[in-house]
Amino acid sequence: MRFNQLNQLIAFSIFRILGALIVGFLLLILGFIIWQGVGVISWDFLTTAPTDGMTAGGIYPAIVGTLYLVIGSMFIAFPLGVMSAIYTVEYAGNGKIVRFIRVMTNNLGSIPSIIFGLFGMALFVNSLGFGDSIIAGSFTLGLLVLPLIIRTTEEALKAIPDHFRTGSLALGASKLQTIHRVVLPMAFPNIITGLILSIGRVSGETAPILFTVAAYFLPKLPESIFDQVMALPYHLYVIATSGTDLEATRPIAYGTALVLIAIVLGMNLLASFLRRYFGKRINV
Amino acid sequence: MIEAKQVNFYYGDFQALKDINMRIEPHTVTAFIGPSGCGKSTFLRLFNRMNDLIPGTHLTGECLIDGEDIYHKSVEIDALRKKVGMVFQKPNPFPKTIFENVAYGLRVNGIGDRKYINRRVEESLRDAALWDEVKDKLKKSAFELSGGQQQRLCIARALAISPSILLMDEPASALDPVSTSKIEELIYHLKKDYTLVIVTHNMQQAARVSDKTGFFMLGELIEFSETRKMFLNPEKEQTQNYITGRFG
Repeated sequence: MRFNQLNQLIAFSIFRILGALIVGFLLLILGFIIWQGVGVISWDFLTTAPTDGMTAGGIYPAIVGTLYLVIGSMFIAFPLGVMSAIYTVEYAGNGKIVRFIRVMTNNLGSIPSIIFGLFGMALFVNSLGFGDSIIAGSFTLGLLVLPLIIRTTEEALKAIPDHFRTGSLALGASKLQTIHRVVLPMAFPNIITGLILSIGRVSGETAPILFTVAAYFLPKLPESIFDQVMALPYHLYVIATSGTDLEATRPIAYGTALVLIAIVLGMNLLASFLRRYFGKRINV
Repeated sequence: MIEAKQVNFYYGDFQALKDINMRIEPHTVTAFIGPSGCGKSTFLRLFNRMNDLIPGTHLTGECLIDGEDIYHKSVEIDALRKKVGMVFQKPNPFPKTIFENVAYGLRVNGIGDRKYINRRVEESLRDAALWDEVKDKLKKSAFELSGGQQQRLCIARALAISPSILLMDEPASALDPVSTSKIEELIYHLKKDYTLVIVTHNMQQAARVSDKTGFFMLGELIEFSETRKMFLNPEKEQTQNYITGRFG
């Protein structure tokens, strides 16, 4: 007995230390970025364009650019991803084709993002002639998060017990009505979670936008979807590595990082909030 | 009227039903009894084509409702299921309000007339002996009801679209004795407007609620006769053994 208790004590201590370590790292990163970056955050920083060879001024065009890319990529990936998931889970059964699609979806999800960038440049920028543009970047980012959206939607749909479907079908509802009126409303909170996690992912990606949309320096806001934009992750990369005066721009880099992290974390918080809110509304 | 003629049913290579012939008269309660896996639920689900949802099944023979072959190509499954309602073993209300649960069948059938829906919801809940318990909380979630109330809600939901036949797959097996007796009472009352077919594991229940009973074993219909006769004086030895508990 005593030996077992000792074992348990040691095991639990190890788990606790590891758990604390993870939280510790997260807090360390956050704390460091906040400590370094909070000084430059001001209303002007958020609402003006960079000036003086990007050694001064704000990051407004990059915020707007990232926002457009998020909206654009979600417009493309969300309907496509949700519909593919509905197809594979609700319609396609469990045959060879579906298993093949699943494997391919997972493979798509494990392709390095720089490959998406190159592919996007080859297809959308060059072959389709979109040029470096919001639309090319949105398609590229959309493809990147498609597996994530498909995956989370599939899981959300699979989590709905079958007796709700049979109950609906037994009342003379068609399959489409059953999906529309019973399955989707129940799966909605988890689908939305997937959407918001992909927004977080999209807003933080650099490689896919490198050759498809991101502008090095473009203080003017885009006028159409065929314009280039600045974007937060790429702007951060630029001012951290290839600015005209790296030392002087360090605070700006941390400020940019802080804004980016705030957006991503904000999205994640929103996801868990919405999940709880809709979860309650539907299940009470 | 429900008729089965020479029905054989297969899950892949496994034959679940063998040469079944049966005739069920309107406005009667018919009970199917038999050991687990005997095919009674499979047989029940043939009549609203719920078995179609399982891949790799096939059927030979004929299932007729009011003389019409329900497996004929021209039959619309949605329309068939409106005529042949079903209540499942586990209460399965939707995560919607009590009102919306009952209105669901009407809405998916394209009925938008609010007055009519209100009236049908009330009538159905009354028919399912649930109205008095829920009339003040129609806007509350169906999940707030007890298991027995949920099952009666599912019955009301099935009744709302005015089926002529109601199939019940062990409707009381997940319920406590009080709820069970309510459901049984309800079955007795529903007989005057509907044809009921009920699968049950509980032989006393079959004896209490049904007019005729079918005893299934290993995919065969061993005996089908008046319930009273079946329980007092069964024709077959297998039936005798099963209902007296000397099974196997």
